[in-house]
Amino acid sequence: MSELARSARVVRALGARSIRQTFRRPQLISPIVVFPTLLLAVQTGGAGAGIELPGFPPVQSFLQFMLAGSMMQSMMLAGNSGGIAFAVDIEMGFTDRLFAAPIPRFAIVLGRLAGTAALGLFASLWFLAIGLIFGAEIAGGVPGALLAILLVTASALAVGGIGAAIALRTGSASVVQGLFPLVLVVLFLSSAFFPQELMIEPAKTIAEYNPLSFIVEGVREPIISGIDATQTLEAVAAIAGIVILGLVLSARALRHRLRVG
Amino acid sequence: MPAIEVEGLERAFGEVLAVRGIDLRVEEGEIYGFLGPNGAGKTTTVRMLTTLLLPSGGRASVAGHDVVAEARQVRASIGVALQEAALDPLMTGRELIRLQATLQGLPPAAGRERADALLDRVGLPAAADRRVGGYSGGMKRRLDLAAALVHEPSVLFLDEPTTGLDPVSRKTIWEEVRALNEDGTTVFLTTQYLEEADQLADNVGIIDSGRIVAEGTPETLKAEVGNPHVELLVAEGAVAAAERACAELGRLLPPKDGRRVLVEVEEGAAAIPRVVRALDEAGVAVESLELVRPTLDDVFVDKTGHHLEKEEGGSDEEPVPA
Repeated sequence: MSELARSARVVRALGARSIRQTFRRPQLISPIVVFPTLLLAVQTGGAGAGIELPGFPPVQSFLQFMLAGSMMQSMMLAGNSGGIAFAVDIEMGFTDRLFAAPIPRFAIVLGRLAGTAALGLFASLWFLAIGLIFGAEIAGGVPGALLAILLVTASALAVGGIGAAIALRTGSASVVQGLFPLVLVVLFLSSAFFPQELMIEPAKTIAEYNPLSFIVEGVREPIISGIDATQTLEAVAAIAGIVILGLVLSARALRHRLRVG
Repeated sequence: MPAIEVEGLERAFGEVLAVRGIDLRVEEGEIYGFLGPNGAGKTTTVRMLTTLLLPSGGRASVAGHDVVAEARQVRASIGVALQEAALDPLMTGRELIRLQATLQGLPPAAGRERADALLDRVGLPAAADRRVGGYSGGMKRRLDLAAALVHEPSVLFLDEPTTGLDPVSRKTIWEEVRALNEDGTTVFLTTQYLEEADQLADNVGIIDSGRIVAEGTPETLKAEVGNPHVELLVAEGAVAAAERACAELGRLLPPKDGRRVLVEVEEGAAAIPRVVRALDEAGVAVESLELVRPTLDDVFVDKTGHHLEKEEGGSDEEPVPA
């Protein structure tokens, strides 16, 4: 077996473990599924009239508008949960088992990210299903839905890289868990739940430059109006930036952990 | 070629020197007992030898490979069961062994076969599909041992494999370690239990405060400390008579209390009939008689001035990075 094929097998096995771990630990899966679903229900039920506001983008329903935001929330919490689970592995010594194996050590990080990406995939499918069940249309059709799924999955991988880097650097699940409020702040300072055009300063400017807004719009556009090349490219660029940042931070944190033991 | 060779190995955590330039050599097929109290530097040494921690100085090779320059080759040659069995409580035993087989590069079919065989070997076939979180301490240790053996390593590192286990589970682990060693596996075993090192190890290294203070076979080390002695418990008022009767047989050692007489005997058990005859002839009634041999704790006391057991105010933990 070639080195690459062997590493791919390890990444797949660790990714599968990561997914199993998430579904077997309620405190990891509930923020990814339950919390965003409840928020979606509350917001669509209570703020649905918002679509009548002047300047609100043309949408079929508030649920249709909200789907991208819920996917983003779920994806970001998946990244945070992945970081927590990684930190728990470090705390209980499980990563020592992995570090003592004859595998490229970055495969350990990639395995964790593969699991987080799979959870992103799950989140996008979950919210698309909810949207379709409750009457939201996917304006971009099957290609639009596939594009949204792809972008959410890739975003989960990107955000997971940041979570993994923090877990490796601190080795503390409580520190990673403590980032939960920050995740929400970043999310609410984007266009995830409210159109950028209707925000007031300084939130409007922050949302304008928040990379998450680019990703949200890239996911939302195929749902509410159809695939738009510019917005798709902006989303891909934002994801690529976060992926690079996450991988660089993870690599540095991994070196630090191996140096200090 | 030695299985493990260490020269001047050091590890510092900030200002604290946890391992202070140790040398040791473990031959192939040997069980090496690395004995020392909590915080002595055992785990830090094992982490360096298993490539989990970079040394601050010195060098070490395992299975013929340098632990820094050829870390990957070292990892392919060793099995590791670290302190506090590092197991995922949410995985089943079978899942864990199969994952370990994948990490070690075994093809899927071979990994499945090996997992079944190892779970049988450590007596866990019935629990194989249960989550590890529900296992007892002994079961976890056996599973950890099985995971370390999945690729049939030539050198096995066991870091305090029986700490916290009940006597029955401890004996089970000992039997498994002996069986592995009989199959040719070199075993590097850290322990804070004297009996464990005495029972299992061909050679023992005693570490204290990051330095190896004694090394050799358990018998040699104990022989260096002194001869065995006979400990007599006699009736009150008979101590002087007992001491007079035994004075010719060996050196009298300082008594522990007012009813005990301690006589050093070079020939060990062979001296007991002579002691009994001498006491009988002197008309001394003996309540109990015991031949006491030096222990590794005596060796430890001799080399360090304190007992192996945790001392008051001492730290349980080895230094860790901030």
